[in-house]
Amino acid sequence: MKDMTYISRPNRPLYFYALIYLAFLYVPVLFLPLFSFNDSIYVAFPLKGFTTAWYESMLSNEPMHAALMNSIKVGTVTSVIATILGIFGAKALTRYRIRGQKPVVAVIMLPLVIPGIILGVALLILLSRLGVPLSLYTVTLGHILISVPFAVATLMARFEGFDKSMEEAAADLGDNAWWTFWRVTFPMVFPGVLASLLLCFTISFDEFIMAFFLTGTEPTLPIFIWGQLRFPLKLPGVLALGACILVVSFVVVFFSQWLRRRGAAGVPDRGI
Amino acid sequence: MRSESLRGYTLLSPTLIVMAFSMCAPFAMMVAMSFWSQHAFEIDTALTLKNYGEAVEGPVYRTLLVRSLWISGACAIATVLISYPMAYYVAFHVHRRKLLWIILMTLPFWTSYLLRVFAWKIVLGYNGVINSGLKTIGLIEQPLEFLLYSPTAVVITLAHAWAAFAILPIYVSLEKIDRSLLEAAADLGDSPVARFFRVTLPLSLPGVIAAMLLIFVPTVGDYVTPALVGGPDGIMMANIIQANFGKVNNWPMGAALAVSMMVVVTVVALVYIWVTRRATERIG
Repeated sequence: MKDMTYISRPNRPLYFYALIYLAFLYVPVLFLPLFSFNDSIYVAFPLKGFTTAWYESMLSNEPMHAALMNSIKVGTVTSVIATILGIFGAKALTRYRIRGQKPVVAVIMLPLVIPGIILGVALLILLSRLGVPLSLYTVTLGHILISVPFAVATLMARFEGFDKSMEEAAADLGDNAWWTFWRVTFPMVFPGVLASLLLCFTISFDEFIMAFFLTGTEPTLPIFIWGQLRFPLKLPGVLALGACILVVSFVVVFFSQWLRRRGAAGVPDRGI
Repeated sequence: MRSESLRGYTLLSPTLIVMAFSMCAPFAMMVAMSFWSQHAFEIDTALTLKNYGEAVEGPVYRTLLVRSLWISGACAIATVLISYPMAYYVAFHVHRRKLLWIILMTLPFWTSYLLRVFAWKIVLGYNGVINSGLKTIGLIEQPLEFLLYSPTAVVITLAHAWAAFAILPIYVSLEKIDRSLLEAAADLGDSPVARFFRVTLPLSLPGVIAAMLLIFVPTVGDYVTPALVGGPDGIMMANIIQANFGKVNNWPMGAALAVSMMVVVTVVALVYIWVTRRATERIG
C-alpha cells in the first residue's frame, strides 16, 4: 500500500470522468441485450414490450447451431495449439538469456500490429496457390497465427514471477527435464496456461477478419452473423445471439484476466 | 553464455519457426502475385508493374489511402486523448481494486469485434438508439443524419474498439513514474498543473507514443467498421482490397494494393518513430 500523500488524494472530477469513460465502453454494447428482449423487429425507442421470442427462435435455428459448433471446434484447436507454442516461446524467452532477443520477440508479436486484412489476404493467396481448399482447417491456421502473440504475452507474465531455483532443485534431485516440467514447472504455471487457453479460445471464437477470407463452405459464428446482417428481418435474432455471445465472452475473459494477473501482481506489466 | 543462447533457441524454435514461416511464406506469395495480372478468370504469371502503375495513378486509390491514413490518425489521437485521463485516474487515484479497474477497462476489447461495431450501427443509425431516443423525449423532430455513414462514425467506432490499446501502454508508463519525483516537484513549489506538465506528462510520453502507433497501424487496414458504419464517404482502402478479392475478382490488383498499403503504413510508422525519438531526446 502506497502512503497517502497530497499527490494521491481522491479526485472527484477525474472519478466522474472515469465513470463516463466506462459508460462509453459499455453502454453501446449493452443495447444488444436490451433490444434483444424488445417485441419489435425495429431497433428503436420507445421499447414496445418484453418478449423472449427471439431467444426461442434460436433454439430451432439449425444453420446457427452448425456455425456455433464450427466455432467451438476451431476455437478449441486454436487455443490448444497456440498455448503449446506460447509455452515454448514464453519459457525460452524468460528462462534463457538469448542473443537477439528483441528481434525474436518482435517476430512473434508481429501479428499484433499487422492489419488483419493483410494477414488474411496473404494467407488466402498462399493457400490458393498451393491448391489447399478453404475449410475450417485454414481458418484455424489463421487464428493460431494471431493468437500466439497473446498466448506468449500471457504466459510470459506468469513465467517471469517464477523461481528458477525450484526447477534447479528438481533437476539436482535427479528428475529429468520432462519430469521437472510436469512436476514442478507445470503446476506453477497452470493458472497462466488456463488463462492463455481461455483467451485464445475467445479470440478465435470472436474473430471475424481472418475467418472472412479463410472460411470455406462451413461458416464460423461471426461469419454466420455477418451473413444475417443483410436481412433486416433477422436483426432481432442477431441481437439475441449477440447478447448470448457477449455474456459468455465477458465471463470467460474476466476469469482469464483475473487468473493471469492475480499471481503476477509484483511483475511489471508488459502492456498487452 | 553461448550454450545458454543455443538452448534458448532450441526451446524457442517450434514457436519461432511456425510464426516466421506462416508470415514469410504468405507475404512472399502476396508480393509475387502483386506483379502478376488478371485476364478474365485466368491469372497471368508474367511479371508486370501494371498493378502498381494503376495503384499510383488511379485517383480512387489515392483518395482512399489518404482517407484511411487520416481517419486512422484522427482515431489514434482521439483515443489517446480520451484514454489518458482514464489511465491517469487508475494509475494515481485508484488504490484498492486496481486489478478490477484494469480488467473493466480492457474487457470489451476481448469480446466480439463484429458485435461491437454492430452495436454502434444500432446506436448511431438513422432510426437508431440516439435518434429514436431523442425523438421520443421530444428534443428533435427529424433524425440526425450525420450520425451514421460518415467518417465521424468510423472514428467513434474505432476509438471505442481500440480503447484498450491506448489505456494499457499509457497506464503502464504512468505507473512506472517514481512518485518521489512528484513529491520533489511539489516541495520545490510547483503547482499541481505545473507538476503534471513538467513531470508526469513528459515521463508518460513513451506510453502515449506507443499507444498512437499501436492504434494507427491496425486501424488503417480495417474494413469491417467502414463497411458497417462508414457509408460511401467513410469507405477506406481495406474495403477496396477486400472487393478485389471478392466481387471485383482481381487478386493481383488486390495484392498490389495490400502491398502498397503496407509499405505506406510502414514508412509513416518509421517516420513517426524517428520524429518522436528525436523530440523526446530533446525534452530529455
